[in-house]
Amino acid sequence: MIAKVKLEKKSVGLNFQDLVLKLSDFWVKQGCVLQQPYDVEVGAGTMHPETFLRVLGPAAYRVAYAQPSRRPADGRYGENPNRLYKHTQFQVILKPSPADVQDLYLESLGAIGIVLKEHDIRFEEDNWESPTLGAWGIGWQVLLDGLEITQFTYFQQSGGIDLDPISVELTYGLERICAFLQNVSSVYDLRWSADKTYGEIRLAEEQQFSEYSFNRSDAKAIRAEFDLHEKQAKELLDGFSSAGKERGRYPVLPAYDHCLKCSNLFNLLDARGVISTTERAALMARVRAVACRTAEAYLEQIGGPTVRREVRA
Amino acid sequence: MSPAKGKLTEKRVEVLLEVGSEEIPAGMLPKAEEDLRANLEKLLAAENLSDGVTVETYSAPRRLVAEIRGVLEKQADVVAEVTGPPKTVAYDAVGEPTRAAYSFAEKQGLGLKDLYTVKTPKGEYLAAKQTKRGRTAEQILGEILPRAIHDLSWPRSMTWTGIDGARFIRPIRWIVAVVNGKPLKFSFAGVVAGDTTLGHRFLGKGPFRVRDFADYEKKLKANGVIVRPSERREKISKELAAHAKRSGYRIHEDADLLKLVTYLNECPSVLEGDFDPRYLALPDEILITVMRGHQKYFAVEKRGGEVAPHFLAVINLPKDPKGLVRAGHERVLGARLADAQFFWESDQRCRLADYLPKLERVTYESRLGSYRDKVERTRAISRWLTEEWFNRGMLQAHVAEADRAAELSKCDLATEMVQEFTELQGIVGGLYARAQGESDSVADAIYDHYRPVGLLDPIPRNLIGCAVGLADKLDSILGCFAVGLVPTGSSDPFALRRAALGIVKIILERKLPVSLSLAVGAAAKALLTNPPKKGVTPEQETQVLDFLLDRAKFVLREREKFSYDEVNAVFRAGVDDLVDAHKRLMALRAIRKSKNFEPLAVSFKRIRNILEKSNFKKDEVAAIQTDLFESGAERELFAAVRSAASKVQAEKRAGRYQEALEVVAGLRKAVDDFFEQVMVMAENEAVRRNRLALLSEILREFTTIADFSELGGEERR
Repeated sequence: MIAKVKLEKKSVGLNFQDLVLKLSDFWVKQGCVLQQPYDVEVGAGTMHPETFLRVLGPAAYRVAYAQPSRRPADGRYGENPNRLYKHTQFQVILKPSPADVQDLYLESLGAIGIVLKEHDIRFEEDNWESPTLGAWGIGWQVLLDGLEITQFTYFQQSGGIDLDPISVELTYGLERICAFLQNVSSVYDLRWSADKTYGEIRLAEEQQFSEYSFNRSDAKAIRAEFDLHEKQAKELLDGFSSAGKERGRYPVLPAYDHCLKCSNLFNLLDARGVISTTERAALMARVRAVACRTAEAYLEQIGGPTVRREVRA
Repeated sequence: MSPAKGKLTEKRVEVLLEVGSEEIPAGMLPKAEEDLRANLEKLLAAENLSDGVTVETYSAPRRLVAEIRGVLEKQADVVAEVTGPPKTVAYDAVGEPTRAAYSFAEKQGLGLKDLYTVKTPKGEYLAAKQTKRGRTAEQILGEILPRAIHDLSWPRSMTWTGIDGARFIRPIRWIVAVVNGKPLKFSFAGVVAGDTTLGHRFLGKGPFRVRDFADYEKKLKANGVIVRPSERREKISKELAAHAKRSGYRIHEDADLLKLVTYLNECPSVLEGDFDPRYLALPDEILITVMRGHQKYFAVEKRGGEVAPHFLAVINLPKDPKGLVRAGHERVLGARLADAQFFWESDQRCRLADYLPKLERVTYESRLGSYRDKVERTRAISRWLTEEWFNRGMLQAHVAEADRAAELSKCDLATEMVQEFTELQGIVGGLYARAQGESDSVADAIYDHYRPVGLLDPIPRNLIGCAVGLADKLDSILGCFAVGLVPTGSSDPFALRRAALGIVKIILERKLPVSLSLAVGAAAKALLTNPPKKGVTPEQETQVLDFLLDRAKFVLREREKFSYDEVNAVFRAGVDDLVDAHKRLMALRAIRKSKNFEPLAVSFKRIRNILEKSNFKKDEVAAIQTDLFESGAERELFAAVRSAASKVQAEKRAGRYQEALEVVAGLRKAVDDFFEQVMVMAENEAVRRNRLALLSEILREFTTIADFSELGGEERR
C-alpha cells in the first residue's frame, strides 16, 4: 500500500567511541565531573556509587560517566542483534535538578548529530524502580521515532531514603543510539572506531559470558559467594555504629562494594534459572537490606541531615 | 444569607488558566481535565460565583487548560442577619435598653436605632443587619486558581524542588492566568503565573503572550499545538480513515489506543509504514500486540480480517518529509517482530506440557504455593463443575477435556513470549496448544480462560473454557480469602473483584446451573486436598459467598439494568443459583407494572414493620387458630392466603415465577380489606398474637421469590 520512501544517504553517524566522547564533552561543559566506569560489576549505571550514594545528602553535584552494565539474563550468545549480556549506559546526574533539564537533554541529542525537528521525539511515562537498591523515581522513557533511547528520571528515593534535593538521572542506551545514528540493524555491525566494529571488540565476550551464565556457572559456589559478601557487608555496617570518632574514615564504601557483588551474584543465579519466585524475592530483599543500611551509614558519615523516611512495600 | 438586591453588578469576566508541565502521562489527562473542571466549579460555587458560569477544560501532554466564562466581575454584597441578646434581656421592665443592648450595638458597629427584634422559636431576640462587601473576581481567582491546581489528585505524584516542595504529577514549568485580558499574579510550586506560554517543543517559535482563550487557541495552533483533545482525535481518525481508503485495507479498530494517542501528542499526524511480510507467519494476536502494546501503532487488516504487513503510527509532527521518522519506526518494529519470531520458535522447541514443572518456580502467592499447585486445584474444580453439568444432561461438559485445558492453562506463564508480552497470557497458551495438536475446545478454553476481564468483555466461547475460567477464579478468590487477602478499598492486588465479576458474568451469560455454595465448597475441598492443603473455615466460605453475591448484585444492576430495590428484594429472599435469581428478577420486573403490585408491596412493608415492632420472631411458629378470628376480613384473608400459598408453590416448582407472582398480587384486595377493617394490635393478647401469626405466614409464604418489602421508596444502596 505504501510506496517506499527513498532514504537520503545520511552522513555517516558517530563511531561508538566518538559518541562517548561527544556526550562526555557536552556534559563536562554543563559542569559535570567526568567520572570513569565503576570497577565492580553492576547491572546499571545507577548502581555506581557516583549515583547511588551521591544523590544522598544536600550537596550539589553533577557527574557523567559511561558504565558497562551486566545483565546476565539478557545474554543471547551474540546471536540476537539487539540483546546483550553487557551493554553500555551513559549516565548523567544533575543534583539538584535544573528547571531546564529537558532542554539540556535535548541539546545533548543535538550534540551527537540528531536533528530534533526531523524526528518524532517524545517523553512517555515510565517510572523507574530498583527493588534491590530501594531506589525509585518518576519520569519517562525518551522515544526517538519509536525507539527507547534514554531513561529520564527524577529520583525520589535511594537506599530507602527520601531525597532532598531531587536529582535528575539521564541514562542513555549507547548501543541503541549508535545503531540509530549509523543506521545499522545489528549491534555487532556498529563501527566502534574508524577501523574496528563492535563485534570485533565484544562478540567473544557476549558468547562466552552467555555460555557461562546460562550453562556453566556453579550455582552452589555463587550462593556461597553471595553469603560471604553479604556477611562482610553486614559486619562492616555493624561496626559503623560503634566506630565513634573513627567514623569519618570508617569503611562504608567497601560495604557498598560487597552489596554490589551480592547484586551481581543474584543476577547470575537468576540467569542460571535456579531460583524460584519466592526465593528471588527473598534474595532481593537481602540485597536491598544491605543497600539501605549502606545508604544510611553513608549519610550519617557525610553528616547529612536526618531525612524523613517513608516505608515502601 | 441572600444577595442584596440592586447591588448586583452584571459585568462578567473571562478567565484563561494553563498549567504548563513537563510531559504528563497520557493515560492520566482525561481524568485530570475532569478533576480540574470539578475543582474550579466547586471553588467558584463556594464563593457564590458559579451562577451563569461555564468551565471548559482541555489538555495536551505539556498543558492542562481551563477556560472559564461568565464569572461576575465582583462578588455580590451579602446581607446577613446577626441575632443578639433576647429582647427580655435587652430591654428592662419599662422598655429602656439595657447594657446588653448597647454592647450588642457597639459590637456590630451600629447605633441602637439600627437594631430591631426578630421572632424565633425560642422567643424574641434583638437583631442587626450586616452587609458583607463582595470581593472582586480577581481577588478571589488569585486564591481559587492555585487551589484548583493544588487539589488535583494523581495516582503517583512527585516532588522536584525538594522534600518540602510542591507535589504534582510532573514538574510544573510555567502557568498562564489571564483575567479579562490581564495577567493575574499568583504563584504555585515556585512558578509565578503570567500571560506567557510555550507551543510545541520543536514546532513552537519560542515563548509568546496571550490575551484570552480564543487568542491562546489560535496562537497555540500557529505554534504547533492543537489544544482541544476532541479536535486531535478527529484529526487522527480522519487521517487513519484516509490511509485505509487509499490502500483498501481496514484499520484494526481500537478505541483505547485512539484515546491514548490523542493524549500522547500535541500535533498528531498519521504515518504509514511496512514490515517484512515474512512475519505474517506469526499469529495475528501476536502481531497486533507487538504493534499496539509497545509501539502504539494501529494494525491494518485485509478484507478477510487477517493482518496486513503495514502499520499506522501516530507521530507528534505534521509531516515526515525525508521519511526519516518512518524509517526509524519501521526499524524498531522490525526488531520487535524479530524478537517475537524468536520466542515463537524457541518456546515451541518443547511442548506446552513440558512447561508444567517450571511452574513450580513461579509463585502464585507465598502461602498458596506455586502456579503448579494452583493448576492442580483448578483441575479439581474444573472436573467437579463439568461432572455436575454432565450429570444434568449437558453433553458438551467433557470432563477429560476440561481437565486437560486446566492442566495446560498456566503453562504459558513460563514461556519467553508471555514473559515479554505479559498481556498475552492465556492467548499464547491457546495458540501453542492449537499449533501442537490439542483439540480445538481445549485450545480455545486455554486461550479464553482469563476472560472476561471486565464488565463488557466477552466470556469464554466454549463450555470447557467456562469451566476452567470459573475454576481458576474460584480458586483465586477462595485461596486469597483463606489467607486473609480480602480486597479493601482500592487495594485488590490479586484482582479478586474482577475474578468475582467474571464468575458472575460466565454463569449468567451462559445460563449455567451452578450452586454458588456447592461451588465454593468444591473449591474449599480442592484447597484442602491439594497443596498447600489449607483448611477454610465456614466463616470464610460465607465471606466468599457474600463477596460473590455482592458482585452479582452489581452485575444485575449495571449490566441487566435491574433497579436497586428489585435486586435487593430478590437477594433478600435468598440466592444461591444466579440463573434462577435472574429469572426471578425478570418475573418481578414484569409483574411490577401491574396495578396491584406496588400497593401490595407497601402492605408487605407495613407487615414487616408491624412484626418488627411487636417483636414477633420471624421463625416463631404459631399455629393460626381460626376460632380467634373476629372479623370477616380476617377470615377472608386467611382463606385467600392458604389458597394462594398452594398455587404459588406449584407455580414456583414449575419455574413459572411470573405466574406465581401474579397469584401473590391477587392478594391485594384481601390484604387491603384486612388493614382497613382489622386492628392488628388488639388488646386481647391471644387475638393479637393470632393476627401477628397470620401476617408472619404471609411474609414467609410469599417472599421466597422476592421480598417485596424491599420494593419502592428510596433507592437503597
